[in-house]
Amino acid sequence: MNNPLSPHLSIYKFRINMMMSIAHRITGSAMYFGMILVLILLLTLSLGESFYNLFLIFLSTWIGNIILVGVTWALFHHMLGGIRHIIWDNVRGFDLSTIDFLASATLIGGILLTFVFWLSYLIV
Amino acid sequence: MVELALPRNSKLVEGKKWPKPSGNGKIRDFKIYRWNPDDDKNPSLDLYYIDTEDCGPMVLDALMKIKGDIDTSLTFRRSCREGVCGSCAMNIGGVNRLACTTSIEEVKGCINIYPLPHQKVIKDLVPDLKNFFDQHKSIEPWLQTKNDEPKEEWLQSKEDREQLDGLYECIMCACCSTSCPSYWWNSDKYLGPAALLQAYRWIIDSRDDERNERLDKLEDPFKLYRCHTIMNCAKACPKGLNPAKAIASIKKMMVERSVA
Repeated sequence: MNNPLSPHLSIYKFRINMMMSIAHRITGSAMYFGMILVLILLLTLSLGESFYNLFLIFLSTWIGNIILVGVTWALFHHMLGGIRHIIWDNVRGFDLSTIDFLASATLIGGILLTFVFWLSYLIV
Repeated sequence: MVELALPRNSKLVEGKKWPKPSGNGKIRDFKIYRWNPDDDKNPSLDLYYIDTEDCGPMVLDALMKIKGDIDTSLTFRRSCREGVCGSCAMNIGGVNRLACTTSIEEVKGCINIYPLPHQKVIKDLVPDLKNFFDQHKSIEPWLQTKNDEPKEEWLQSKEDREQLDGLYECIMCACCSTSCPSYWWNSDKYLGPAALLQAYRWIIDSRDDERNERLDKLEDPFKLYRCHTIMNCAKACPKGLNPAKAIASIKKMMVERSVA
């Protein structure tokens, strides 16, 4: 018998707990590529001043800026998500209201920390 | 395995539009998943109209109304109609819940009804739950003791009994397990929230002597650790139980016994 599989991802309501779980994975993978950025930085450093300056020029373009802000956001978001997981690992924060609070806090906190980080960079 | 898209035979096609009732009451739209094993067609979404003034308040009432008055071929499981048996679990308005304890009013807009997600469909809203119940059986959900049987009942203190609150109430409706993306991708190897909640119910039962053996059996990269605390299970449970918390408790016990 050729029984169908019932619909799943396409019909299940996307709520913040599920979205933050996916975001945790995406930011985790994003940081993996962020590490490549750090490696390129080290590589240009070892190649000498002109290469390093060239890399800095790339980072100062709008694409470079988006990448930098994106990677720092991924770092902060993933860090807060990680703290959330430590709380859960201790069997705390499982009330439905706390689950949603922690999810929103991760989302807002990650954006806020990224904002504060780059604002302080621009000021200093 | 993660497969985001549905297989070709499972893709939805346009369904039948059933006639509108002639009453003066408020008409609500119900889009319901249909699949008949007796023809070769793909599943479809049929559109039914229900006059809410000529129907009971719950989603199950609407399904009974459709089956009784509009389309007798609509197939679904139901029994107690009061949230005790767990038969009428289905996906209503994008969330897994019991049709009998979900009011029509609490679902906004068109009411979409699908069978429990990522399950083999037997017919319409009836999923094949064999694997789900096999997994429940695999955690050996019964008391296992090493002592001789007492003359009367197995006693436990009031405090020990309270440990089972929030666990024993599970009605095995499968709302939680089939809401879990991790279970969707790995239901062949991951036990899922319902079976793990029951596993924990026996692990912490003060009368049970097989705690360590029970934990040994769960110490597996898939059976237990495919839970990534997505929390869909806790949100879906129509009895207000928290499988995610029970799973976290098992994980914690695993750590504690390994460092003890």
